[in-house]
Amino acid sequence: MTGIHAGRIVRFALLSLGALLILAPYIFMISTAGKTQSDIFTAALSLIPQHVYFAENFAKALDKVPMATLLWNGVAVCGLIFFFQVAVAIPCAYAMAKLKFRAARAMMVLVMLGLLVPIHATALPLYVAFDKLSLLNSYVALVAPFTISVFAIFMFLQFFRAMPDDLIHAARLDGMSELGIVARVIVPNAWPAVTAFAIFSVVAHWNDLYWPLIVISKQAYATPPLGLMYFRAAEAGDDYGALMAATLIITLPLVVAFLLAQKRFVEGITMTGLKG
Amino acid sequence: MSSVALAGNVLSTAALRARSEDRTAWLLALPAIVLLFLFVLLPVIAVIFLGFTDFELGYGKFRIVGFENYAHLITDRTFRKSLWNTTLYTAMVAPVSIALGLGVALLIEGELRARAFFRTVYFLPVASLIVAMATVWQYIFHPTIGPLNALLSLVGIPGPNWLGASNTVLYSLSIIGVWQSVGFNMVLFLAGLTAIPRELYAAAEVDGAKSALDRFFLVTWPMLGPTTLFVVTISITNAVKVFETVKMLTDGGPNKASEVLLFTIYQEGFVYMRVGYASAMTVVFLAILVVLMFLQYRVLDRRVHYT
Repeated sequence: MTGIHAGRIVRFALLSLGALLILAPYIFMISTAGKTQSDIFTAALSLIPQHVYFAENFAKALDKVPMATLLWNGVAVCGLIFFFQVAVAIPCAYAMAKLKFRAARAMMVLVMLGLLVPIHATALPLYVAFDKLSLLNSYVALVAPFTISVFAIFMFLQFFRAMPDDLIHAARLDGMSELGIVARVIVPNAWPAVTAFAIFSVVAHWNDLYWPLIVISKQAYATPPLGLMYFRAAEAGDDYGALMAATLIITLPLVVAFLLAQKRFVEGITMTGLKG
Repeated sequence: MSSVALAGNVLSTAALRARSEDRTAWLLALPAIVLLFLFVLLPVIAVIFLGFTDFELGYGKFRIVGFENYAHLITDRTFRKSLWNTTLYTAMVAPVSIALGLGVALLIEGELRARAFFRTVYFLPVASLIVAMATVWQYIFHPTIGPLNALLSLVGIPGPNWLGASNTVLYSLSIIGVWQSVGFNMVLFLAGLTAIPRELYAAAEVDGAKSALDRFFLVTWPMLGPTTLFVVTISITNAVKVFETVKMLTDGGPNKASEVLLFTIYQEGFVYMRVGYASAMTVVFLAILVVLMFLQYRVLDRRVHYT
């Protein structure tokens, strides 16, 4: 009995220690965002700022970083990417899963090949092409290469295969067109898969630095990661107070979204992750 | 109307139906096919082709140079260093984050009350902007004003210049890498664990697997096979793709001590604009991914087949 009890305590202690290590960066981020420059230089370990400096640091960050632009760009780019990915992938996956499609086999091979190729592998020719078309520094450049997600096709395909055919037959007998079936029967029933994919897609593109770094050189089109990089390069010095304030503001949206919908987040990542 | 004609009619309507269904399918799949060619297939073919040229952005003309780029790669010290660093980084981050992810998942699985809380905490880094958190890590690792070295000096250890010294920079980046991916691996392992039927544990106990460790090796570990294989592959691929932290914190330095594959490609292709040469590097990168995927399928075929 005591053995079980001790085991439980050890487990709890281990988990707590690990949790503390995971949370440490967040704790220091919040604490440093509220410190004055001199506090930062003298008292690294005291977590509670001696002079509360939150307002000043946040004001400085908001003054130097066009936060509204960055967040808007982030939302617009992620939203557009997600919209196109779903609009392109769902009809394709439906055709492959539920219709007599003679090219379904060949499509499957293409999808499996596509799963292997990350943006890092296609970035060079795409950059050259966008440069030739004078499309650098535009939303088109940020969004276009991601409008096709083979991963989305793959995931929806798995999901649709498990859907009963009767549903589709009934809709056909009602005289619905195939496009109508996709819009009014398939999409509403695919909702769990759509939300799971939404989380996967938004997390991936909100965080992406590689591609925006390549095609964007103007502040006006910067996504959050890129904007933070500009801010850091411009400030350069050791003004960690303002830097941490900026970091906090930029990290917050996704973290809040995660905390509010964490069950869906974990489900989404598990679902997309395990099937990837 | 004779019955023969009727049968022929039914047959042809069926054939017509199939044909129209095939046409509808083509139409529905068309946007995906076009975009797939435009943004995946063509660029891959182009990158392979460019790897055989001396194409540089800004110059109009280019020549085909055969395997010259590849011959150059073999002797390129930066590229070799970069490959080696990527290997080291992967060899540190992948095993540690897999082991810790599994450990945390097992601990959380047994936890009753605080389960949801711990899961949230460990998963938090996955939902955080890595570029932003890298900046926080830079502060933590700061040699003079950073809290980590302040902590070390409390116990009398002179802290190293974590991100600034060539002998510690890869370790520091690995710490960030592990911190970032433990939660992701944990969530995948948790999903795998909940899929194991409870009766198996009861059966194992009847069969004499008395200790938790026995049950782990008898039931949990083999049943987790497919999950583990997946976590291993995804961890390795993600580690090979490390870029953000390097770009943000070290720019490959000091002295190329943290030069990694994607950073070198980025530098060659998009900073020095040597597209041909960078394309050859990209082909090597793609080859690594293909080999990893191939290994995964091989193992999948051989070992983890019982579902």
